[in-house]
Amino acid sequence: MKKFELNLFLNPVTAGFPSPASDYIDKSIDLNEILIKNKPATFLVRALGDSMINAGIFPEDILIIDKSISPSHKNIVIAILNGEFTVKRLIKEKNKIILRPENNKYKDFEIKEEDDFKIWGVVTFVIHNPNL
Amino acid sequence: MKNIFALVDCNNFYVSCERIFNPKLENKPVVVLSNNDGCCVARSNEAKKLGIKMGEPFFKIKDLVEKEGLKVYSSNYELYGDISNRVSETLFTFSPDIEIYSIDEAFVNLKRIYTNSYEDYGRKIRERIFDWVNIPVSIGISPTKTLSKVANQFVKKDKSFGGVLSLINKSEEEINELLKNLDVSDVWGIGRQYSKKLYAENIKSAYDFKYSNPKFIQKIMTINGLKTQNELKGVSCIPLEYETPDKKGICSSRSFGKLTSSFKELNEAVSTYTTTAAEKLRSQNSKCKKITIFIRTNHFRTNDKQYANSKSYNFLEPTSYTPDLIKASKFLLKQIFKENYNYQKVGVILTEIINENEIQNSLFNIDTLQYKNNKKDLIISKVDEINKSLGNNSIIFAANGIKKEWKMKSEKRSDRFTTNLNELLKISN
Repeated sequence: MKKFELNLFLNPVTAGFPSPASDYIDKSIDLNEILIKNKPATFLVRALGDSMINAGIFPEDILIIDKSISPSHKNIVIAILNGEFTVKRLIKEKNKIILRPENNKYKDFEIKEEDDFKIWGVVTFVIHNPNL
Repeated sequence: MKNIFALVDCNNFYVSCERIFNPKLENKPVVVLSNNDGCCVARSNEAKKLGIKMGEPFFKIKDLVEKEGLKVYSSNYELYGDISNRVSETLFTFSPDIEIYSIDEAFVNLKRIYTNSYEDYGRKIRERIFDWVNIPVSIGISPTKTLSKVANQFVKKDKSFGGVLSLINKSEEEINELLKNLDVSDVWGIGRQYSKKLYAENIKSAYDFKYSNPKFIQKIMTINGLKTQNELKGVSCIPLEYETPDKKGICSSRSFGKLTSSFKELNEAVSTYTTTAAEKLRSQNSKCKKITIFIRTNHFRTNDKQYANSKSYNFLEPTSYTPDLIKASKFLLKQIFKENYNYQKVGVILTEIINENEIQNSLFNIDTLQYKNNKKDLIISKVDEINKSLGNNSIIFAANGIKKEWKMKSEKRSDRFTTNLNELLKISN
């Protein structure tokens, strides 16, 4: 059960004068609310490797995945390709599906019919520690 | 409004949880072992085809690892619990009328849902759970919980149902056809003990049971048997139970990795389980008034001397403060512990659980604030915070011991992908 948090300013009556800030009570910013749109379908994974650095995904970054979003053209996705997980940009062209790395060192991978290919989820946010 | 129950049952749940994070397990025989890596508690369909039975001891099937590529996992309860919550949360997007029946089963009352076809609606539920959480489920739909269970069993057996079977628009004859093909012992709520007695009276199938003399059923199975019978007839007698597990007791207990006769080891185990139970208690914002400790030897070891005992302690004030609970548990263990027995299991049960809010309401006076700011609550909430942010067991209670020689085996556990930041799924790219 989600804990219900209320921001209440309880001014003790004996204090006499209410805090002038109490008119400006706002809900505090909740990162969960910003980063997680659909809790049961949201998973965290850790990225390793450098094939996506031009998309801002660095080794050790945490990726937020929403499995309830249906993947569209140019989304960064977690795919399962022949039994292995991978992070790539999804390119849907006429009759082609391409997994595109975001680093010039690597080449596009076009999905062939014989490939066992599935999209596991769409990457919605990247958590990066700039001091690491 | 007539009840319409959907029983949503996760297929081979623990195996399905393992598969979310390990695509290589797809189409492979997989089993998950019980606590202590003792026996199989979940099997993939491929493992069932190899003839592995539910509850089969691991040593008996060990050779299948080599011969058939059987994959074996220890129970990963952190993962299974989290995935179970996600399935429930997904179900709540369909209806608020839900009873979480077990870790892998839930009843949903669809009476408020307007649809032309409950079967189609069931498929929608099934697809969403698979899309969001990757758990395949079977769904049985009917006017009673017991019949939904029946429908669900057939969905599981027969792939042609496509995961969903609704009995809502089925004729009595069609339903009876199913009941004739179901052993009476497989009817929800009957169980092995009663079915023995029923067999003796030539009541063998669910169909036989449905049309047995109600007086006779009541005589051997009390009023509950009568309820089951009415439910098979389509008369809803067992409502959804909304009561959350909050109200029930919290139990934490495991079997030991090896038998022990040492007080020190038992005491460490009891303290550890008390700590776990207390954490659970606090996570649901409640306190308990009563703690019970039990210990027992392994009654399968017929050559060993046998002993089992339990004892309870009542607190004056409801508490969730781990050190108080540990103190009580040690006090109780001392009283029931006897030398020279090989103990196999200890456990802690917290009961008479009260929500913190209820405590405050009943003490609405000057002490309330004092109570709220109680130092104990503050300290323990900090411990919880630290353990939450730095990982479980960052702060431990010395009574729990450091070495934990008694700790159960779980050598083949997968990572706790969803509950531990250090064990997230790693994706190389």
